[in-house]
Amino acid sequence: MIRSVLILSCIVTSPALAGEIWVTNEKDDTVSVISTETLEVIQTYPTGERPRGITFSKDFSRVYICASDSDAVQVMDPNTGEILHDLPSGEDPEQFVLHPNDRHLYIANEDDAITTVVDTETRKVIAQIDVGVEPEGMAVSPDGAIAITTSETTNMAHWIDTETKELFANTLVDSRPRHAEFVAGGTQLWVSSEIGGTITVFDVADQTEIAKIEFEVLGVHPDRVQPVGFEFTADEKTAFVALGPSNHIAVVNAESFEVEDYILVGRRVWHMDFNGDKSQLFTTNGVSGDVTVIDVASRTAVKSIKVGRFPWGAAYRPTE
Amino acid sequence: MTGYLTALSAIVTREALRFIHQRERFVAALVRPLVWLLVFAAGFRAALGLSIIPPYQTYITYETYIVPGLCGMILLFNGMQSSLSLIYDREMGSMKLLLTSPLPRWWLLMSKLLGATAISILQVYAFLAIAAGFGIVMPLLGYLTVLPALVVSGLMLGALGLFLSSFIKQLENFAGVMNFVIFPMFFMSSALYPLWKMAESSELLHDICAVNPFTHAVELIRFALYASFSPTALGWTVLATALFTGLALWGYSPEGSGIRRRR
Repeated sequence: MIRSVLILSCIVTSPALAGEIWVTNEKDDTVSVISTETLEVIQTYPTGERPRGITFSKDFSRVYICASDSDAVQVMDPNTGEILHDLPSGEDPEQFVLHPNDRHLYIANEDDAITTVVDTETRKVIAQIDVGVEPEGMAVSPDGAIAITTSETTNMAHWIDTETKELFANTLVDSRPRHAEFVAGGTQLWVSSEIGGTITVFDVADQTEIAKIEFEVLGVHPDRVQPVGFEFTADEKTAFVALGPSNHIAVVNAESFEVEDYILVGRRVWHMDFNGDKSQLFTTNGVSGDVTVIDVASRTAVKSIKVGRFPWGAAYRPTE
Repeated sequence: MTGYLTALSAIVTREALRFIHQRERFVAALVRPLVWLLVFAAGFRAALGLSIIPPYQTYITYETYIVPGLCGMILLFNGMQSSLSLIYDREMGSMKLLLTSPLPRWWLLMSKLLGATAISILQVYAFLAIAAGFGIVMPLLGYLTVLPALVVSGLMLGALGLFLSSFIKQLENFAGVMNFVIFPMFFMSSALYPLWKMAESSELLHDICAVNPFTHAVELIRFALYASFSPTALGWTVLATALFTGLALWGYSPEGSGIRRRR
């Protein structure tokens, strides 16, 4: 009875496309697959050690998983959960991004201070680029011309020309940058700084800083407000920012750079992804070991779903 | 039959009139839970960010947790308040007038109970509206499904008040009711903390809270506010309502102690 009422209310509020959210569980060495319709875990597949970054190929036929402690990027068949093969990735791959050409993976190697570029078809490393210490955040511009690596210890965003595979600019950001994302048709770059507690917005044309977004969660010590992952709504007018151990998601107006709202989620919220029509947002909460579902329109947390230990990355794939 | 309805409407109207004429009482009844919600709960914002218990589906703030308990608090205080008014009636002599009616005594008492419960529910809705104004919003359907839960809980606490009033001889003794009924019932329940939190400090405390009928009333309201249903809470609340009503009727019957003492 209770369940049917709840399921009914879910159906009423989200006539979403059928799909799945894939979540890497850092401490369980697994991925959990959540149905975006029933909001329940429907599958759990084993992976290499310490899976973190996760992303699908353009046609969703393969899923790439950074198995950090196995020093490999694993390629999985999402229909069977079978690991097809490993890609050479350099040591300790933490995050990566798939180039719009659907072929080149740009991988941050945390321990080696390099960014590795791997061809997913020939399974060969085609370039290794020296960047700052402890690279983590990765982004590629929509036109594929620029790749970004952020380095946690050097506190910089490194701008890579994807043609020449060389750095053409380095810009300082606040302490421990974690995540980078191109927006507004690739004219802006957003970089989150975990310890600095800010997001820095750059003008891509001349790599200058346009804005700095600061966060303040009522009743939470500023030290615990640590922005990490963030994602944009379909119209790119709103950004959702994970604030780590403050256990909140910030809702940011992407035009005025003002924080409009804070949403309570699980403990140490890290990364996130949307469902197909971007009506629901799924956040990975590392310490509480669950994924919180946020209704994007009403900006409210709807449900938290238990997954494995220390969920880290999240990626969506449609199933119909 | 019309005689019954006349008595019912007269008693309910009298309750309503008394309520309307005592604006301070309405304000006081709202201020009490609002102080808890806006002042007390403010310091505990993060206290519950650790666990998800049904009917909640995700993490909630303490303000959200405490709302059903405060709805229960309104019903509890009002239940006791109506018992206070009965004592007043007895002292003033208007109760004698009421009880000399040719209608059965149980009907008169039930009318009184229904009237008091209706007034309580109005106050609960006023409180929920103010809470919503402060951003503590329940699912829309919950505001409807909570109504039957409020009726059952209100009747239970009203019946308890009625039963107690048959024993209290003077208005002055009402302080005793505060000390020995309202406070223990409210604090030893799931109104302020979930039961698992109680179990962390003391198993005994947890067990006392678990048998407290007020806990079940609060849980019934809590589930109903989220458009879900707790059969256990309903079962215990209904049972307690039946028991308290029975005791109240006995207390006011000529054989009962209430009347005996009056002689």
